[in-house]
Amino acid sequence: MHLSEITSSGFFFLAPWLVFAPLAGLLINMIFANRFKFSENLIGGIASAASGVAFIVSILLTYSLSLQHGEAARWRLAEWFSIGSLSLDWTFRMDTLSTTMMLVVSGVGTLIHIYAIGYMREDVRFKHEEGRFARFFIFLNLFLASMLVLVSGDSYLMLFVGWEGVGFCSFLLIGFWFEMDTLGRSSWANSNAAKKAFIANRVGDFGFLIASFLIFWNLGQSLQFDQVFEAAKNAPPGVIVAITLFLLLGVAGKSAQIPLYIWLPDAMAGPTPVSALMHAATMVTAGVYLVTRSAPFYNLVPDAQYIVAMVGAITALFAATIAVGQYDIKKVLAYSTISQLGFMVAAVGMGAYVAGFFHLIAHAFFKALLFLSAGSIILGIERGHHHAEHAEHADKSKSKKGKKEEHGHAEHGEEAFDPGDMRNMGGMRKTMPVTFWMYLIGALALSGIFPFAGFWSKDEILLDAKLHYPAAYWLLTIAAFFTAFYMGRQIWMVFFGEARTAPAKHAQESPKVMTLPLVALAILSVGGGALNFPFEGFHNLGHWLEHTLGEVESMPLNLQVAGVSTLLALIAIGISWLIYGRKPLQNGEPDPLKKALGFIYTGMENKWFVDEGYAALVIKPFDKLSQFLADVVDWRFWHDFVHERLIAGTYNWISAIALDKYSDKQGIDAFANGLATVSQRLSAGMRKIQNGFVRSYALSILLGVVLILSYLIFK
Amino acid sequence: MEFHFPLLTLLTFFPVVGVLVILFLKSEQKNAIRWVALTTALITFGISLWAFSLFRSANPDLQLAEKYNWIRVAGWNIYYYLAVDGLSVLLVLLTTLLSAIAILCTWTAVEDRVKDFMIFSLLLEVGMNGVFLAQDLFLFYIFWEFSLVPMYFLIGIWGGPRRVYAAVKFFLYTMAGSILMLVAILYLAIQTNTFSVPDMLSVLPGLYAAGTISAGAQMLLFVAFAAAFAIKVPMWPLHSWLPDAHVEAPTAGSVILAGVLLKMGTYGFLRFNIPLFPNAAIQAAPWIAALGTIGIIYGAAVSYAQQDIKKLVAYSSVSHLGFVMLGLFALNPEGVAGAIIQMVNHGISTGALFLLLGMIYERTHTRDINVYGGLWKIMPVYGSIMMIASFSSMGLPGLNGFIGEFTILLGAFGSKAISNPWFAGISAIGVIMAAIYILYLFQKMFLGPAGEVTHHHELKDLNWREIVTMIPLVVLMFWIGLYPAPFFNILAPAVEKLLSALPL
Amino acid sequence: MTPLNYYIALSAILFSIGVLGVLVRRNPLIIFMSIELMLNAANLAFVAFGRSFEIANGKPFFSGQIFVFFVIAVAAAEVAVGLALIVEIFKTKNTVNIDDVNSLKG
Repeated sequence: MHLSEITSSGFFFLAPWLVFAPLAGLLINMIFANRFKFSENLIGGIASAASGVAFIVSILLTYSLSLQHGEAARWRLAEWFSIGSLSLDWTFRMDTLSTTMMLVVSGVGTLIHIYAIGYMREDVRFKHEEGRFARFFIFLNLFLASMLVLVSGDSYLMLFVGWEGVGFCSFLLIGFWFEMDTLGRSSWANSNAAKKAFIANRVGDFGFLIASFLIFWNLGQSLQFDQVFEAAKNAPPGVIVAITLFLLLGVAGKSAQIPLYIWLPDAMAGPTPVSALMHAATMVTAGVYLVTRSAPFYNLVPDAQYIVAMVGAITALFAATIAVGQYDIKKVLAYSTISQLGFMVAAVGMGAYVAGFFHLIAHAFFKALLFLSAGSIILGIERGHHHAEHAEHADKSKSKKGKKEEHGHAEHGEEAFDPGDMRNMGGMRKTMPVTFWMYLIGALALSGIFPFAGFWSKDEILLDAKLHYPAAYWLLTIAAFFTAFYMGRQIWMVFFGEARTAPAKHAQESPKVMTLPLVALAILSVGGGALNFPFEGFHNLGHWLEHTLGEVESMPLNLQVAGVSTLLALIAIGISWLIYGRKPLQNGEPDPLKKALGFIYTGMENKWFVDEGYAALVIKPFDKLSQFLADVVDWRFWHDFVHERLIAGTYNWISAIALDKYSDKQGIDAFANGLATVSQRLSAGMRKIQNGFVRSYALSILLGVVLILSYLIFK
Repeated sequence: MEFHFPLLTLLTFFPVVGVLVILFLKSEQKNAIRWVALTTALITFGISLWAFSLFRSANPDLQLAEKYNWIRVAGWNIYYYLAVDGLSVLLVLLTTLLSAIAILCTWTAVEDRVKDFMIFSLLLEVGMNGVFLAQDLFLFYIFWEFSLVPMYFLIGIWGGPRRVYAAVKFFLYTMAGSILMLVAILYLAIQTNTFSVPDMLSVLPGLYAAGTISAGAQMLLFVAFAAAFAIKVPMWPLHSWLPDAHVEAPTAGSVILAGVLLKMGTYGFLRFNIPLFPNAAIQAAPWIAALGTIGIIYGAAVSYAQQDIKKLVAYSSVSHLGFVMLGLFALNPEGVAGAIIQMVNHGISTGALFLLLGMIYERTHTRDINVYGGLWKIMPVYGSIMMIASFSSMGLPGLNGFIGEFTILLGAFGSKAISNPWFAGISAIGVIMAAIYILYLFQKMFLGPAGEVTHHHELKDLNWREIVTMIPLVVLMFWIGLYPAPFFNILAPAVEKLLSALPL
Repeated sequence: MTPLNYYIALSAILFSIGVLGVLVRRNPLIIFMSIELMLNAANLAFVAFGRSFEIANGKPFFSGQIFVFFVIAVAAAEVAVGLALIVEIFKTKNTVNIDDVNSLKG
């Protein structure tokens, strides 16, 4: 059945280039960049071009798809392997769902590639590691390739290749500055964060694996989407529930939901473009994509849907509360990302796939915008920091020498300056105006203020929640309130008031290569809502995705839901102004919320001690267990005691004591020794004949011959 | 039987030619000896490729057979019988490839008694090839035991400080298991009047049906064979010799040990235990799957607690070979083919890891994980190759390890013989734990701030010879990961034939 | 035709000279020559007997003469090995005096 579906019309033959283009980019950079000393612009240009080609391919694929009215198309590149009943191909799948993801991934990806040229140029200089510039773009291209495999795969296993591939790239990129912490001090922190991310993802992948085994053996011995969805219709519901819940574990790992979200905040150790691309816009949404892709499963089992929705909703609220207590500009955004992912997961859990996807796209725009702006701020402050240090050193020495000392200072400094700490900022709207406006647009979109993209997408989710799961609706609404609050807090703390430190005062605006992608994303964040306006005749995304997801209910704007959420957001912003805006924070002053909320704020500040809980309940016991197994069970008991003492020892005892001493020395030995003594004495006598003179031997031979001959003759 | 060129004999015994040439060289001519050994190993690899080009993968039967009467006394029909089929052809290729790589990797590592070292390495290759090619139990047993001897000397002469202890332990442990197998071989030969395995396979079903060999006896025979192979694999809990042998062995020894010798155990299960004792194999499948599962989890957990880099990788072998055993006794095509692929994968990935650890050991002379750190910054090429090897060993999709692990777990999950998805489910946790110990190794050595060892040594990145050593392995990692179809196509007919004979 | 006895006598004399040479001389080369003498004495006897009894059962046969060839071949081999040994002995001991080479003394 599915072979006939493989199409040869349109631009579908280009599908493999989604993956090949970034791979080509990374190969070029990997082989030639350092050998021929490519300039940084060239390296970044190649990588961005590769990403751009993928974007163009995505557009062409989408165009071809629209020509055939959203009818899914598949393009088989090659056989992968087949054994027994398992048969897999490298087949790309183009349907409305996957092309939408392709467009988002490669489109936002390209913008971030361009931005990264400017960002990394300065980042590698601040860290005195210019040689690592090319490596960054190699990893970034590899990520893009993996992500596109993920969204374009036609079977669960091909999806899984991309799924783990992006996890691997995430490991590489979080640990990009693997020998330091986020402040550039020599430390294990960044590499720990990378490791944590990968392992948390692997826990999710475990769920994915089990789910795929269940799918294979219970749903017609296939992993290809159409076939298993067809088979699922007649499968026992228990199996489907198991599949969906194991998939949910995978989703929780990749999309940072409770209980596996803990890796995402730490992932901010990666360079900011990475945080924007992977840990906000694309990679972490893979879980949402997975649930949407598996919609035919989830639709069959409402119980599982309910669990998914509640996991999403609880995560949304939980993460939002933590975001309120963070000081690091990127950490706030990270928890915000978790929270927004919670919104998406809740939406797709409720069966509101279009709403979830709408939010996914809108979020990709404005969260990438926020992260990139945050990166711009951090670099701006870093520039200010260096500027201030230069000024200090200017009297004593030439700038070159000053730079050197400052390098030493950065490494051994008593207290490294944290350019990402919001307490070190303030008044940035004057020093970095472009970034300020971009950030403001992103923040308003995230807070769900009319008419930005976030308003439309979030309200669609809330409306669906209200209709299906009231509990989720309230959780999400409160989360939305917190969202607006922490974004307001951030805006006031970062951009308003007076600069609290010298670097913030001397901060400089970023170059065009960084600000232009920001503008592009800002435009998308403003206008993104148009993708799926909740008015008759405007449900464009909904109708587009209908080709893949089946009938989708498209709901009109509900003024009550929209009103409540907008009102709450405005109230939250107002409160944040009262606390942070009206009387700006002074340098060294504690957060005013701390006094007001007491221990609750301590909890928020410390992420509700979840990391500590994991350390005590999971990590430490595992360490202890493996230590115990290795040291006590395997080595001391099994290796030393059983093998050395028991087996080898007993053998030695038997051979040395029992046999050697008694049976051997006094029995067999005595007899053998007696024989030896006799022959020894005998030979002592004989040996005198052996005098060593050849001629005397010859004489004895002659005598012997004469004797024998005489006997023969005279007998 | 019509005469054809005895290609497999040439393949098996060609290294002896190199040994003879080396015998005529003086011990001081170290480079000449190395070149002769390398050339011999490469030619042997070439011969194996030649044999492979004549191999028809669509044919599930034994091919390129050479069967001659060898010893015929009083009804003992012993043959000189070499042949290859889909089950063994990949392992033969792996053996000849890894032997050449092992010789290349000792170019500078072994300076002492080079002549003896190369002679033993080449003789080892004879033994290993013989094990994978012999189709007569007597001949197999000779090769099986013969392969012990050169390895014993490789560990015992060129090993670490406790080399003699490790070598003796390795030798005795393996020997002890083989004795049981020998008894079982003799019993089988008496019952069937032949030592040739294909001949036995045609006679045995009748004997089982007639009750000449009872079900209990069949189980005993299975256990006796399994004893020899399980020690070699090594299956938990018989793994105690492995860390000692690996830690003490020189790099080339570790590579061959992990890459090929362990596979002799799993191959033995595949070639002898399953087809010769089908009912017992089905009966034992859940038990072996249980041991495999324990081995996976246990090996992974213990590996994470190691401070010695070679020991860490050694215990990871216990975990990986647990996967192989689980796959083999899934007794369905997915599991068995996955297990064979995983044997090859483990040879490639773990072989590569040992090679890489050997390279750094040659520079620093320490195996303590805590003194390393930040090596990726100092040795970028080394770090990148290590990263690929690590993630291949961990089973990252797109690299070879994943293909094996996935098919094994998939097979075991739906296996009728194991008849319980829990084993595969629990084993899948091993996938998480693999990430934990491999990342621990990779982080401690390559990430983080520069370690203590970098203060004492001027660490140079890999030289050309070392990179050349790694290239074939890295290429294979990607090849099997991205396009494993040719490999599975080689296996599939033979595996299907093997399994179709089982009363499942 | 010369009587057989003459040959036998000559052979016996040659053999005795050889024996004496082996027993009294200390130079291994001379000893070798003496051994050659003894071998050739035997050869002479072989040839002589072969010539005298060349017909048996009405057919000629040449076993005596053939044997001589074997003896010559063996003698040549023996000299080759012996001389090689002497050279090696001289290299290590710096002498070829037979009485100085007594390391096999019990």
